Amino acid sequence: MDNIGLATGEIFLLCAICVILIGDLFVSENRRQMSYLLSQLTLVITLILTWVVAPETGSATAFGGSFVMDPMSKLCKSWILVVSIGVFLYSRDYINARRIMNGEYYTLALSGVLGMMIMVSSSTMLTLYLGLELLSLSLYALVALNRTDEKSSEAAMKYFVLGALASGALLYGISMIYGATGSLHFDVIAAKLGEDSSSTAAVFGLAFVVVGIAFKFGAAPFHMWVPDVYEGAPTSVTLYISSAPKIAAFAISMRFLVDGLETAHASWQGMLIILSVLSIVIGNVIALAQVSIKRMLAYSTISHVGFILMGILAGNDQGYSASMFYAITYALTSMGAFGILLAMGRAGVEINLLTDLRGLFRRNPVYAAVMMVLLVSMAGVPPTVGFYAKLAVLNAVVQADLVWLAVLAVVFSVVGAFYYLRVIKYMFFDEPAETQPVDSSLDVQVGLTINGAAMILFGVFPGLIMAACVAAFAG
Amino acid sequence: MPILSIIIWLTILGGFLVLFSGDSRCRPVALGVSILAFVFSLFLYFGFDKGTADLQFVEHVAWLPSFGVNYSLGVDGIAMPLILLTTFINIIVVISAWEVIQDKPALYLASFQVMTGFMVGVFSAADAILFYVFFEATLLPMFLIIGIWGGPRRVYATIKFFLYTFLGSVFMLVALIYMYGQADSFAIADFHKLPLGSTAQTLIFFAFFIAFAVKIPMWPVHTWLPDAHVEAPTAGSAVLAAIMLKMGGYGFLRFSLPIVPDASQQLAWFVILLSLIAVVYIGFVALAQADMKKLIAYSSISHMGFVTLGMFIVFGILAKDVDGQSTSHAVLGLEGAMVQMISHGFISAAMFLCVGVIYDRMHSRQISDYGGVANTMPVFAAFMVFFAMANAGLPGTSGFVGEFMVILASFKANFWFAFLAATTLILGAAYTLWMVKRVIFGEIANDNVAALTDVNRREIIMLALLAAMVLIFGIWPQPMVDVMHTSISNLVSHITVSKL
Repeated sequence: MDNIGLATGEIFLLCAICVILIGDLFVSENRRQMSYLLSQLTLVITLILTWVVAPETGSATAFGGSFVMDPMSKLCKSWILVVSIGVFLYSRDYINARRIMNGEYYTLALSGVLGMMIMVSSSTMLTLYLGLELLSLSLYALVALNRTDEKSSEAAMKYFVLGALASGALLYGISMIYGATGSLHFDVIAAKLGEDSSSTAAVFGLAFVVVGIAFKFGAAPFHMWVPDVYEGAPTSVTLYISSAPKIAAFAISMRFLVDGLETAHASWQGMLIILSVLSIVIGNVIALAQVSIKRMLAYSTISHVGFILMGILAGNDQGYSASMFYAITYALTSMGAFGILLAMGRAGVEINLLTDLRGLFRRNPVYAAVMMVLLVSMAGVPPTVGFYAKLAVLNAVVQADLVWLAVLAVVFSVVGAFYYLRVIKYMFFDEPAETQPVDSSLDVQVGLTINGAAMILFGVFPGLIMAACVAAFAG
Repeated sequence: MPILSIIIWLTILGGFLVLFSGDSRCRPVALGVSILAFVFSLFLYFGFDKGTADLQFVEHVAWLPSFGVNYSLGVDGIAMPLILLTTFINIIVVISAWEVIQDKPALYLASFQVMTGFMVGVFSAADAILFYVFFEATLLPMFLIIGIWGGPRRVYATIKFFLYTFLGSVFMLVALIYMYGQADSFAIADFHKLPLGSTAQTLIFFAFFIAFAVKIPMWPVHTWLPDAHVEAPTAGSAVLAAIMLKMGGYGFLRFSLPIVPDASQQLAWFVILLSLIAVVYIGFVALAQADMKKLIAYSSISHMGFVTLGMFIVFGILAKDVDGQSTSHAVLGLEGAMVQMISHGFISAAMFLCVGVIYDRMHSRQISDYGGVANTMPVFAAFMVFFAMANAGLPGTSGFVGEFMVILASFKANFWFAFLAATTLILGAAYTLWMVKRVIFGEIANDNVAALTDVNRREIIMLALLAAMVLIFGIWPQPMVDVMHTSISNLVSHITVSKL
């Protein structure tokens, strides 16, 4: 066994999931808080373990070269875990209030986290696929968690059918690439393609792989599932889907496209340009017409995915680090935005329409301020972190001589600014429909406040995250 | 001592202090913050070396090393007067809001303090990204100010304001990133030295032009301004007119002219054309307004036409060179534009505050609701008439100085430019004085006017401070012109050198 210690974090997480799953069976209804606390503890310990076992510099592999720990995986895993901690914190009261199956939520979400960690650390196509399926299956079940709710079941069904189709496409692409190069290992594939980059089979497979990734990312034109799932799923699950998996999706794109198929850059750059242009245009324009805030945020996610893809398609280290910065900060932003919706929607009230946010400023000024900062960050207005994320991506794109793409992206981010501003309008300028103040547990309040403050903190000192992202791709 | 940072962060952090001091104690705190910031900005004036065009009070800290973005500040003779104007107007804002704003005053005053910090940042940034950050960041406080405390159509107005200016500036961002690729630095000074080809210059010129033309604003992208002004609360209008518009003018001087001099020269006719349309056509539009705030808003656009005219007439003067002194005439045109900006800062703020004073009493801005205000508010009437005269460019007020300098310079380029520009002296007098006639003079129009009470001590202080500035710079503009002379001369000699 070589270096199996590198996967200590994942192994611990798997064991902990089993313990929580079984433990939950024997805990009485009123002690369900237990699962929550154990899950949070698990995430923290996994985070620590990940940091402990990660090599100081460079990368190390385990399991016969199919599992890799490098600066990128360390960084992505850390943020996936941090974001998941926030997700659980915001979800807790929502789940308790609705009596959604408590233990199952945490165990499924944790196995999703495990899947993401494996995706991030994969260095063969097979490991990557295993991680991806573990995440996807957990998500299908999570979306259906509120099984008495018709919308939730419908969303789960759509998600499952479309997701399975995407997995099929991905797997087909993998088999083509395997056929062309004779290996599942990304480094071997890269070496093989380096000798003969014009292999038709490999490019054919690449197209399917890109389709699969685009599906999982929710990039247009493979975005149809996103709004339905975002709207139909319980909000705590939407929160989960919209945050950490974006970091994982970024990581698998990097593994496939850069680690494995970088020599075919010319081929996939064109595909990603189409995806990112369509995502930015469709996401921003259709979001304008939404009356449901969950659907609006779904379309906004699609447009942000376009930006993440833009950084990758630039095809230089600047672009990769910019994309990573974008994915991480977007996960934090999205987490906060859905966190606010969860905090508002307690006691049987579901926040779904934009107008439900009306007058939030009068009902809870702190939450309104936090939500404003988050939305402004999504719109990319300085001095919030969203501006630097966009700046970094645009910089990479302009340096790759794609100025027109940058111009298009900024024009549509102005379109996007409109629907974010409209939410701020509802919160600040309108009178509330009900005057009852919005209140939630102290730890949620603290969490959301920190989340909002982080948008400004990372906006004023973007170097805090950016330096690590740049270092992950240096050399 | 890092004075620029102190001013910026004193007001931004002071804004949060105001917010947390609560609605009952926020007013003195805000006044303290604003006066302190103004005192610090006086250090800039007295410590300023008039003999050099280099940036002064320079600060430089690496901010985002992986990107080459630095937190670097510095002012020259163009920026420094605008910073003083900003901190001065900020005091007036606090005084104007004192008892008028009863709904969430802490948030209101805090927004203005934070916005002041951002605006000082705009004028003192020596790094392009830092400039852009401050430039955009000012939108958000103003968005809230108009949206929360504004008039009936505030939502429409504030979203229009935000989106219009946001759309304008994103192109500038792409241009800045493009130049970063060429110069490998975001320092504005490096952009000044950067050689650029003809096509690149033209594209960059338009990227900047859209940003600054929307901001200043020029015809035909001015339509956000009347809406924003009408709906904004009084102090919001004052800051918008007095300072935010100047960010556009400042941008032309700091970015467009020195970075793309050749494109600016080729396209000067275009800018001059739009400027003259603004001066003449918008002057007529102002004449037709029934709403006082809208009238002043259109008058602002017309006056800003002078600013852009003074800036772009420079190329015509240099090309024609009638008497071998073209450089000094060009300097005159640019200085006229600067003087016009600063003077308009005082006068437009004063005009909006005057309207605010009577609006607070009558809750109407319609000219037709007034008449004979002089009978019940004699002191106020005196102020209003004085500011109206200044707005019309009466000699002896600061409004005259800038317009005169620009018209004088225009003659050296083209008689017809000067002729059209000079029509503003008639039009400006017509719309301003006609409004004053209908509002202030005549018989008392109705019972509401009869019940008016004259300005109180707070309002007198506020208007007197502004009146003093208008008068001082009207009679003795030399101190203002002196500080900017070296920087402007340097700018003129810079743009005469082709970058191609």
